[in-house]
Amino acid sequence: MPNLSIALAPVDYLILAVYFVFVLGIGWALRRYMKTSSDFFLSGRAIPAWICGLAFISANLGAQEVIGMAASGAKYGIMTSHFYWVGAIPAMVFVGIFMMPFYYGSKARSVPEYLKLRFDEKTRAFNAISFAVMTVFSSGISMHALARLLEQILGFPYDLCIAVSALIVLAYIFLGGLTSAIYNEVLQFFMIVFGFVPLVWLGLESVGGWDALVAKLNTVAASPANPAGRVFAEGAWTQSWAHMTSPDANPMGVEWFGMVMGLGFVLSFGYWCTDFLVVQRAMAADSMSAARRTPLIAAVPKMLFPALVILPGMIAIAMHHELGDFLPKDENGATDFNMTVPVMLARFCPSGLLGVGITALMASFMSGMAGNVTAFNTVWTYDLYQSYIRPGQPDRHYLRMGHIITVIGILISVACAYVAREFNNIMDMLQLVFGFVNAPLFATFLLGMFWRRATGHGAFFGLLAGTGAAALHHGLTLPAGATVGVKGGWLVGGHVLHTYPVDMAQNFWAAIFAWTGCFVVTIAVSLATRRNKTDDELRGLVYSLTPRIKEHGVPWYLQPALLGTVVLAAAVVLNLIFW
Amino acid sequence: MQLDVRLPMGMMFVIIGVILSLYGLITWSDAEMYQRSLGYNVNLWWGLFLAAFGAAMLLLARRAAIRAKRDAATPQTP
Repeated sequence: MPNLSIALAPVDYLILAVYFVFVLGIGWALRRYMKTSSDFFLSGRAIPAWICGLAFISANLGAQEVIGMAASGAKYGIMTSHFYWVGAIPAMVFVGIFMMPFYYGSKARSVPEYLKLRFDEKTRAFNAISFAVMTVFSSGISMHALARLLEQILGFPYDLCIAVSALIVLAYIFLGGLTSAIYNEVLQFFMIVFGFVPLVWLGLESVGGWDALVAKLNTVAASPANPAGRVFAEGAWTQSWAHMTSPDANPMGVEWFGMVMGLGFVLSFGYWCTDFLVVQRAMAADSMSAARRTPLIAAVPKMLFPALVILPGMIAIAMHHELGDFLPKDENGATDFNMTVPVMLARFCPSGLLGVGITALMASFMSGMAGNVTAFNTVWTYDLYQSYIRPGQPDRHYLRMGHIITVIGILISVACAYVAREFNNIMDMLQLVFGFVNAPLFATFLLGMFWRRATGHGAFFGLLAGTGAAALHHGLTLPAGATVGVKGGWLVGGHVLHTYPVDMAQNFWAAIFAWTGCFVVTIAVSLATRRNKTDDELRGLVYSLTPRIKEHGVPWYLQPALLGTVVLAAAVVLNLIFW
Repeated sequence: MQLDVRLPMGMMFVIIGVILSLYGLITWSDAEMYQRSLGYNVNLWWGLFLAAFGAAMLLLARRAAIRAKRDAATPQTP
């Protein structure tokens, strides 16, 4: 196990302790407001837009993102920004302007509940069960990743890290419910930004500024010793679109169509528009206008995050190329890109600032974990427990269930963390399953919200078909150089129909097939079955049956349509600048 | 009226900012330590910034509380 050995000074521990005290203190201070299940699961729908917006982005920002995007920044350069400017912003604008009216206006208390109102129980059950399982696993994986990282870089015992992170998140959610999670996410957001800004600034200064960095990265691209192992045109690390005509022209190994359709459309919209983890934060807003603005507000920091998370990776690879040993090697002797952030922290942060950086890292993990736990306890209590197990109880009963399931959820997450530690493949397998289930979802929601003819049978079988299509695609294809199994090709024993240059490309295309399968089957089955909901029942759930929203009392500069346009325009400008 | 998030957040950043800047002052002469941050006493400067941010949050929270109290005292026109 590669050991980076960062030594923390007492001042660093002090800063970490202050952060934990406040995180727990907020939970404690909010416990007296948790009187009803609506308070606990939905924050009583009373949170202002700016708080929801920051929580929206913070819950999404698991540490996988901070660590992973820096690693990608080192491996692929500025092309990693596609995960933000193509793979997030358009979907965030879409969900805010077009989908929040249905989520918020339908008074659904969760995403599966919207599916029940719009379609039927079996569609809801499919979504609720798959989401609940995935989200609690996600939480466990975050916990595992955090513990392993702290073990590697600080030498903290793994079990202690699991126990402490589990207990802290459990405590503040148990006490203060969704509001506590949201408030802490706002805290975590600023902690992350303030923890990494000095790092980026110092890193950039040390390589000589942006232009000097570009020059160094051009050398990286032209050298056979770069992360991809072969030579590219000069701008491959510093231009995000110019080298995407073919998978061979860029280190990421994808071409623009697969990336735009797979990532930009299916995966991106599939996540931002249907994942209850983020949608829950918008549903907690204090008004329809606030709910619509939440994703738009969140899009602003999201657009700027590449500077915070990708840039350190790019700086690190430039330094690694020059110095030869800046980034450590993992147990297989390959460069360990996941160590990018810790290495940068160790290199540039003296004690004191280091404490802030480590706290920021922990904050990013914890915000992701808490997001998963609040989404899980809501879906369990309302969509599974209240719907199928013990309906018709007084609200007190469900509030108590919420508390109980929070504890159970954390315990299951801890179990998942240990499973992930045992079987390294588990993480890959889960990523796979997430992809299978998430990709078709957006087709279901799109048709549900914009086509009143879509029926319950259509939605359910469409989801099954989409998931099946993803699995089929996976069984028939393989990324280059991969062994049959978790990576694919299992249906045909390796005699695959197509070989992709990298697994990312395989994922993008799996998503495209899954979405298309779901879309086509939903339409076909809907046309072949009777409508199960009348126009009256669908009022407020479908675009054509819902009166256009007039935002009263909202000044012109806060109108969602205007904000959305501005955000999209800014994203386009960013893409052009780094073309 | 629920707890304003800017209160605990402001307090936390003021405290962390003060800790950081005090540490920066104490270690002012430790040139070796600040070699890694390119010679800048980042603890002092960033600590001051964090404390200022925290103070700004507290001020905003106070302003909102005053405004809320004033709105509650004077009846709103429907």
